This record gives sequence, structure tokens and C-alpha cells, in this order.
Amino acid sequence: MQAEVPRERVLIYDRIAANKRRTFFLLVGFVFFTALFFVSIGVIISSYAGYDPAADSFLTLRIAAFALIVATGVGVMMYYAATATVLAISGGHEASAAEEPELYRIVENLSIGSGLPMPKVYVIEDSAPNAFATGRDPNNAYVAATRGLMDKLDKNELEAVMAHEMSHVGNYDIRVMTTVAVVVGLVALIADLMLRFTWYGAGARRGSKDKGGGALGAIILALAIIFMIISPIIASAMRFALSRQREYLADSSGALLCRNPGALASALEKISADPEPLEAANKATAHLYISNPLKEHQSFMNNLFATHPPVEERIKLLRAMG
Amino acid sequence: MTTVIILGVVIAFVVIVVLVFVGMYNGLVRGRNRVKEAWSGIDVQLRRRASLIPNLVETVKGYASHERETFEAVTRARAQLDRAGTPGEAAAANNMLTSTLRSLFAVAEAYPQLQAAENFRQLQAELSDIEEKIAFARQFYNTNVLDYNNRLQTVPTVFIASMFGFTPEEFFEADEEGRAEVRVDFGRDTPAAPPAADPPADPAGGTGA
Repeated sequence: MQAEVPRERVLIYDRIAANKRRTFFLLVGFVFFTALFFVSIGVIISSYAGYDPAADSFLTLRIAAFALIVATGVGVMMYYAATATVLAISGGHEASAAEEPELYRIVENLSIGSGLPMPKVYVIEDSAPNAFATGRDPNNAYVAATRGLMDKLDKNELEAVMAHEMSHVGNYDIRVMTTVAVVVGLVALIADLMLRFTWYGAGARRGSKDKGGGALGAIILALAIIFMIISPIIASAMRFALSRQREYLADSSGALLCRNPGALASALEKISADPEPLEAANKATAHLYISNPLKEHQSFMNNLFATHPPVEERIKLLRAMG
Repeated sequence: MTTVIILGVVIAFVVIVVLVFVGMYNGLVRGRNRVKEAWSGIDVQLRRRASLIPNLVETVKGYASHERETFEAVTRARAQLDRAGTPGEAAAANNMLTSTLRSLFAVAEAYPQLQAAENFRQLQAELSDIEEKIAFARQFYNTNVLDYNNRLQTVPTVFIASMFGFTPEEFFEADEEGRAEVRVDFGRDTPAAPPAADPPADPAGGTGA
């Protein structure tokens, strides 16, 4: 086992670089998407105000520039607010060493074992067993466990699950995963708003025929429909950008950290066998958790857009390690 | 014209070689610093552990005063740990302290009043926690040592290492039993999960190898 360590470490440096790169491109993509959204709004508003953006290229340029600035602002804000958002959605609360001595001690030990700074420890009061990690980097990291996880797993299993989460922290998976959660959530929100604007716009246009721009209206409607169609695809693609490998990698480096692959395997068995879905998880945050918290039924579409690799496969690989 | 090109090529070559050397040298320094930092992680826990010993000995003395040999062994091991200079010496002293503590706790088994003492139970839990932390700190330290030593002894960097006098670092070895004991579950309602009554358990299970 010791002999594998250096290779693992080299891999981790590659993973960190790849994760930072991915987050960057994800944010750039998001900024462009948002800018397009703002351009559409700007075009709609200015056409109502009696301008014709199709003819006035200077106006269009100004709208585009303004939209890009606003979208960049939103992107930057989102990057810094993502962790707090994810934590708020999860419904967890921070736990001190005095409140949760066992969990805290486990995380403390693992942070010593991995050489990472001590992350903040959160507890989610939900009886469904699950756990996740979030944050920007190891200095700004959070690990969360549900009450059910602490109640249903024994100490070694809990330690193994937290070791898996610490691996996500160490290789900057948390940065990508957190950004993805917020981007997916916002893209869904924007697509929804887009749809409302379009219906509203179409209704208003029918009312005043003289407000030219039949072609413009058609373009906006087409744009909106395209957005509607592509936004769930974008969302899924972004979740794919995470690569399902990350879970296998966190499993194996987590097992290496706690020196107990068997405990992680049996923890995964218990977590996946538990029928209860996690209340506070949703489609945008599901990929953050160690095992799919939504307990979706097996179907073709769900498998195609699955956020987690099949748990049986993960357990098999862990059993092979032990 | 050709001389300029040749000169350019030579200069570029020299610059690249120098940069590669600088990179390797800095890598070695970084590795050595990581080992040092990881060592301080162990050191902190060893000191914490040593600082609890006098209190523990006093507490046990209060209930089991005639177990002199056991106390003395613990105190000796502690003194040896204080004197230890290198990781190897510290590891040996620490292993000795672990085994003497184990016999102390085994002796304590025979004194129900001692077992019931709040102070004793707290010390026992704290020592157990520290022992776990030492095991994790050791794991991190040894990973860094392995990484550094490998770089030190493999081909391109080995030349730089010998040129600038880098020396391999010592591992912090624990006896397998120590690692197995660490897996003992404390803090729940079984205060006296007797470490000594847990013979060679199964080292394989403990190390998760």
C-alpha cells in the first residue's frame, strides 16, 4: 500500500490543476450564457422603448457590453457566494468539538493524516445517511454529515466516509462541485425566467401591432426556445464535466487515508440501501453527496444523466482493495 | 550568421539545463520542508501525550500505590521520549511508552474504584485520542518521507542531492500492535476497552492492508 503513495500524489497534483481549470471554464461558460440572457432582455426592453436594435448596431454593442459586465459581476459574485449558498441549501449547522465530539475527532484525525487544514464541520439534522464536502479550497472547506449517517454507521465506517470527503477537499473537487451546483441552479432559474419573459413579451406584442419588429419577436422567441431546450442539456453536461471518475478517485484515496477500504464499502452499502431520500438535496446539489441522495428510480434517462457511478461498482472496487 | 545561431543554441541549452537544475533543487528543498512540517505534526502529539503522563501516574498511584514497577516503567519511557533526538529514537521511545501504558491500563483493570474515577476515565480517553492522532500524523509523515527519499535516490535528482548534501529522512516506525490498538473504539459506554486484553488482535485488519 505504501508503494502506491507517490503515484497517488502525482495524480493528485494533476487533479488539482484539472479541477482549477474546469472551474474556470465553467465560470466563463456561465458568464457568456448569462450575458446572452441579459442581451435578450436588453433587446426586448429597447424594442419596447421604440428603438430597433437590429438597425442600430451601436445600441446593440452597448447592450452587449453592459450585459457582459453585469454577467461577469454575477459570475464573480457567484464564485465567492457558492459555498455559503450550498451550505444554506443543505440545511446544515456548524458543529463544534463539544457538540459532536466523535464526528469532530474523526475529522480532526483525518486532517492530521492528510496534512490538510481542519475544515469546518457541519451536521444536517436528517435521518437519511449521507455526507458531502464543499468550499473553494482546503483553507476554506466544509464537510457535512447527516444525523442519520452518524447514527447508522459505526465509527470505522463514519471515518471512512469522512476520509472520502476529505479527499474531495484535498484535490479541489469541492471547488468544481460547488460551482457546478450553483451554476446548474442558476441556469435553471434563468431558463425559467426566459420562458416567462417570452410569454409576457409575445402577449404584449400581439396587443400593439404597430410596434414593428415581427422579425425581432420571432428571433427572441426562437432564442428563448433554444435556451429552454439547451439549458437542461447544459446543466447535465456540466454535471458530466465533473466526470464520474471523481467518486472512484475519492473512494480510493479516502480508503488510503483511513487504511480501511472495507469500512468504506460497508458504509456505501448501508447508505445506498437506506430507502429514505434526503429532504434538503435537490437536482442541483445531488452530485455533491457521497451517494445519490434523491433515491431516484432506475430508468434509462436517470442512468444517462446519473451524477454518481453505480454504487455496486464502487463497492466491488473497494472490496478488491481490501 | 551561423556563429550567432550556434551561440544562441548553446545559450538556450545552458539556460534550460540551469532551469531544470534549479527546479530539481527547489523540489528537494520543498520535499525536505514538507517532511519537517509533517514531523512537527507528530511532535505536537508526542508532547501532548508526554504531558499527560505525570498526571496519570499520580492518579493511578492514589488507588494502586504498590504497583511501583509499572509506574517506573512508564516514567522511564516518558523520560526517554523527552530525550529522543531523531525520529527513529522518538519512535522507539514512543513504542515503549505505548506498551508500558498498556500494562498500566491492564493493572488498572484490577482496581474498580480507579476505573470508576472520572479523572482516570478522562485521561484514558484523552490518551486514546492522542494515540489515534499519532497514528494519523505518522501516516502523513511517512508518506512525505517516502516521497522525499524516492526523489532523493532516483536518477536525475540523485546527482543534485549528492552535490548539495541532501540526506534521506528517517521513517517513524510503529509496531503493528500499536496500530491495531488504535482501532479500539473508545468514548462509548465501554470505558475500559482493555488494550492489553486485546492480544495481537489481527494486525492485518488493523492496518487495512
